[in-house]
Amino acid sequence: MSSILEVSQLTKQYESGSRSLQVLQDINFTVAEGASCAIVGPSGSGKTTLLGLCAGLDAPSSGEIALNQIKLSALTEDERAQVRNQFVGFVFQNFQLIPTLTALENVMVPLELRGEKGVRKIAQELLDRVGLADRVMHYPTQLSGGEQQRVSIARAFSNSPKILFADEPTGNLDEETSEKIEQLLFDLNHEQGTTLIMVTHDLELARKTDRIIRLKGGKLVEEEMVVS
Amino acid sequence: MDQKIKIEPTQYSNGWLWKMAWRDSRRSRSRLFLFTSAIILGISALVAINSFRDSLFDEINNQAKGLLGADLVIESNKPIPTEQLYYLDSLGSEWSRESAFASMIYFPRTDGTRLVQVRALDGNFPYYGEIETLPEEAARKFQMGKTALVDQTLMLQYDVDVGDEVKVGEVTFEIVGKLQQVPGQSGITATVAPVVYIPYRYLEQTGLVQRGSRINYNFYYKFGDEEQATRLVEAEKDKWDAMGFDWETIEDRKRSTGEAFGNLTNFLNLVAFVALLLGCVGVASAVHIYIKEKIAIVSVLRCLGVKGWQAFKIYLFQISVMGFIGSVIGAMLGSLLQGYLPELMKDFIPMTLDVGFSWASVAEGIVLGTVISVLFALIPLLTVRHVSPLRAIRASFEEQVASKDKLVWLVGGLVILFVFSFAWIQIKKPLDAMFFTIGLIIAFAALVGLSKLVMVVVRKYFPTDWSYVWRQGLANLYRPQNQTLILITSIGLGTALITTLYLVQDILVDKVSISGSGDRPNMVLFDIQTSQKDEISELTVDYDMPVIQEVPIVTMRLLEVEGTTLADLKADSTIDMPKWAFNREYRVTYRDELIDSEEIFEGTWHGDVENSSDSVLVSISKGYAENLNLEIGDEMVFNVQGAVIAARVGSFRDIDWSRVQTNFLVVFPTGVLEKAPQFHVLVTRTDNKELSARYQQAIVRSYPNISIVDLELILKTLDDILGKVAFVIRFMALFSIVTGLLVLIGSVIISKFQRVQESVLLRTLGAVKKQIYQITALEYLILGALSSLAGVFISLIGSWMLAIFTFEAPFVPTLLPMLVTFVSITLLTMFIGLSNSRGIVSKPPLEILRNET
Repeated sequence: MSSILEVSQLTKQYESGSRSLQVLQDINFTVAEGASCAIVGPSGSGKTTLLGLCAGLDAPSSGEIALNQIKLSALTEDERAQVRNQFVGFVFQNFQLIPTLTALENVMVPLELRGEKGVRKIAQELLDRVGLADRVMHYPTQLSGGEQQRVSIARAFSNSPKILFADEPTGNLDEETSEKIEQLLFDLNHEQGTTLIMVTHDLELARKTDRIIRLKGGKLVEEEMVVS
Repeated sequence: MDQKIKIEPTQYSNGWLWKMAWRDSRRSRSRLFLFTSAIILGISALVAINSFRDSLFDEINNQAKGLLGADLVIESNKPIPTEQLYYLDSLGSEWSRESAFASMIYFPRTDGTRLVQVRALDGNFPYYGEIETLPEEAARKFQMGKTALVDQTLMLQYDVDVGDEVKVGEVTFEIVGKLQQVPGQSGITATVAPVVYIPYRYLEQTGLVQRGSRINYNFYYKFGDEEQATRLVEAEKDKWDAMGFDWETIEDRKRSTGEAFGNLTNFLNLVAFVALLLGCVGVASAVHIYIKEKIAIVSVLRCLGVKGWQAFKIYLFQISVMGFIGSVIGAMLGSLLQGYLPELMKDFIPMTLDVGFSWASVAEGIVLGTVISVLFALIPLLTVRHVSPLRAIRASFEEQVASKDKLVWLVGGLVILFVFSFAWIQIKKPLDAMFFTIGLIIAFAALVGLSKLVMVVVRKYFPTDWSYVWRQGLANLYRPQNQTLILITSIGLGTALITTLYLVQDILVDKVSISGSGDRPNMVLFDIQTSQKDEISELTVDYDMPVIQEVPIVTMRLLEVEGTTLADLKADSTIDMPKWAFNREYRVTYRDELIDSEEIFEGTWHGDVENSSDSVLVSISKGYAENLNLEIGDEMVFNVQGAVIAARVGSFRDIDWSRVQTNFLVVFPTGVLEKAPQFHVLVTRTDNKELSARYQQAIVRSYPNISIVDLELILKTLDDILGKVAFVIRFMALFSIVTGLLVLIGSVIISKFQRVQESVLLRTLGAVKKQIYQITALEYLILGALSSLAGVFISLIGSWMLAIFTFEAPFVPTLLPMLVTFVSITLLTMFIGLSNSRGIVSKPPLEILRNET
């Protein structure tokens, strides 16, 4: 199986005034296509930064990331935006739905960005799939947290991404809703053959993936293959 | 690793961006409309004034013939010798003549007297347009008998009617018509100098044509062809120059009327420009805050694959459409409003004005409104391009690229260029436009500096031991998401522009008003013959009135200055001396001492000439000397009614012209002009209106040649005119004020969204209503007070500079309006800020958070 994500000798540091803050140091790993992987570690260990870099939201200080065999460091920010639209899906901890759009329109956005036709039908089917067929015309503020996250998942899968990045997808939800969301996420992951990279504090959730990458102090300290 | 997989170019078009702009605007339209309302007012003021200007100039072109009443007018202020009369007769087959002069008239039935402009007319003038009278036929019939036409307002004031009599000099005429409109004369000119028409053949009998009488001799020609008048002017103008004639064709009248109203509309345009600038400030500040709120959405869109420029375009489309809609509404409103302007200005316009719909002004308004909406929104909008997708997962992430963005500097340059170009178009003077623009930049920089200073000072000297409410209110001034910069800049600039407009209006009104109070003279008698001098003095004393000043006046013409004559001026255009200096008639006095309205500026005062062989050293007014480039010791040769007198410049005088005194350009020493033909002026004063009326009647009855200028009447008339001018100015300034208020309301309301979350959080943590109100009141009170104070201060400097450099008038600012502005803007800012919080404290926190965030 070929790899969808290759991270080599990755470092990231932020300049804060005269001080330099090292957030990630010499990170190396690869993720195979269709696999699922959890990034875990204590707060401040660099999990979200690593996720952002892998998704092409930011550029590393050094090292290389190849996403679907495209070297991200060689791309401009606008080219990275095209990569995100073409190959990447996102699920955020705080859902990040666009408040001025209805649930349906939120799901349509990635497809419309690709200039595709018949997007309304696809979006409706996806919302139906996540159990929100009767809430399509509602605005995010009119939906509960669980419902918002389901819209967010429908949006993330709408462009049939090769890889899905999820940042604490159940971090803002209660236990019961979390379980439903997790189930939905993994079901869609299997149905569509999408690679899943997830940042989480929830070890139980992490154990549902194929592999766990553990960070500490900006360094990759452990990789664990999960046997289900 | 080989790059085997290609990135497909993005397929979506501008169509999707438009759709996205539409969707995103649905929940923000009320906020977007708020900034649009500033554009609506600015554009409506501009369109109203421009449409009015277009209608006015169209009408001037249509009615130019009626404004002049003839194809050509030849004028002279000297009596016309017989041979010149033959010559004038030979110029055309159809002509009329008119002698016009100021004189007292007397209404016997009501015992009223008044200084008027008497016009003795012979012929069928006007050939175009008409003298409008009531009854209509009176205009043509009055020349047939011993009858007159009298200005209708004058008749109303003096309670006389058609059929009554009016005495002009020695002749009593029957009034046959009320004069409603004279070609080329506006309502205001009629108020200052009401007209009385009499038949020309009675002019001599009135006895008013005497030595020293100031009469204008007008000859009106009809050729039926404008071109013929122009050809005649070309062929004869040198001859007319030599004869001392002035002339005017229809083309000349079009131009001069156009110029006169050009100044009026330029001033009004400037007022509209200020309204528009305030609109621009409103746009810039509203978009700045609007975009701040949209950053979270942009970062999500960026995560989903939208490029920086595309995110920028989404909001650019929104702003353009709202700007366009605002401009269309503004242009429509302006078109409706312009229908009201002719009514507002009817006293200033010498014609009836039918306003039409000016497509050009409407189109101009729409384009201009849309362009400025976009231009002034661009600086905050450009930041959208740099919003990082990282913000979606890290809210604290902040881009710091604004100062490095070259496009921001480019747009800044374009904004400055726009302000300069538009000011240039409005003011027509590039240097003034440049100073105006620089002034605005300095004001803007000062306000930005003040905001930064406030933030630094409050942070550095933060009173840590004060109560929580004070600490929270003060901390709001410098914490992240603070509104200090945006509110101080927009409210400060708005206050500065409005206060400057008010102070400039004050300067203009002060400049033309004359004080009639105290012991100053309030009545001047002109044209007293030498033989009447003593009798008039006695009569004045008999009426218990003081003879404050009695001045002899000798009329003369200037022949040479340092050997330069009028002929030299005509032959050599490089000589820097005005022709009018030789063409005009000088009214000169002689005395041996200075009076209290004048002082020597340069040279030495010489009061008398003892020996006939001594040089005659005259004193010249400073302004006149500057016009003629005179120096002390220069020779001036005068023609004193046939006798040539050479004099030398002995001194220059600085004269206070605003004092009610008889002041003169040239003053001779005693011992030179005593024997020259002369007339006299007497200056007196009375506070008793009844006495004043009886005195005037006595003078007019016994000495009809004497003209009386009643300053009380002039002051009253001037007051009326100023009242009308001030109303027009205030009406237009209202646009600026309302726009400024909208900017203020808009800025504060939009800023509400910055404070909602934390106010709700405070409520959740247990803050009571009173505390929320106190924190809010304190923050807005400080911001309102600082910005309005800074605005008033900037306007003081601006108005002072305008007074000194543009209006050349003393600047004594009145404190009260500034205080009122300061207090009301401060309170208004606080009030709007508090009313924003009302919604927050009166609803459950959860409901607000769900709706607002």
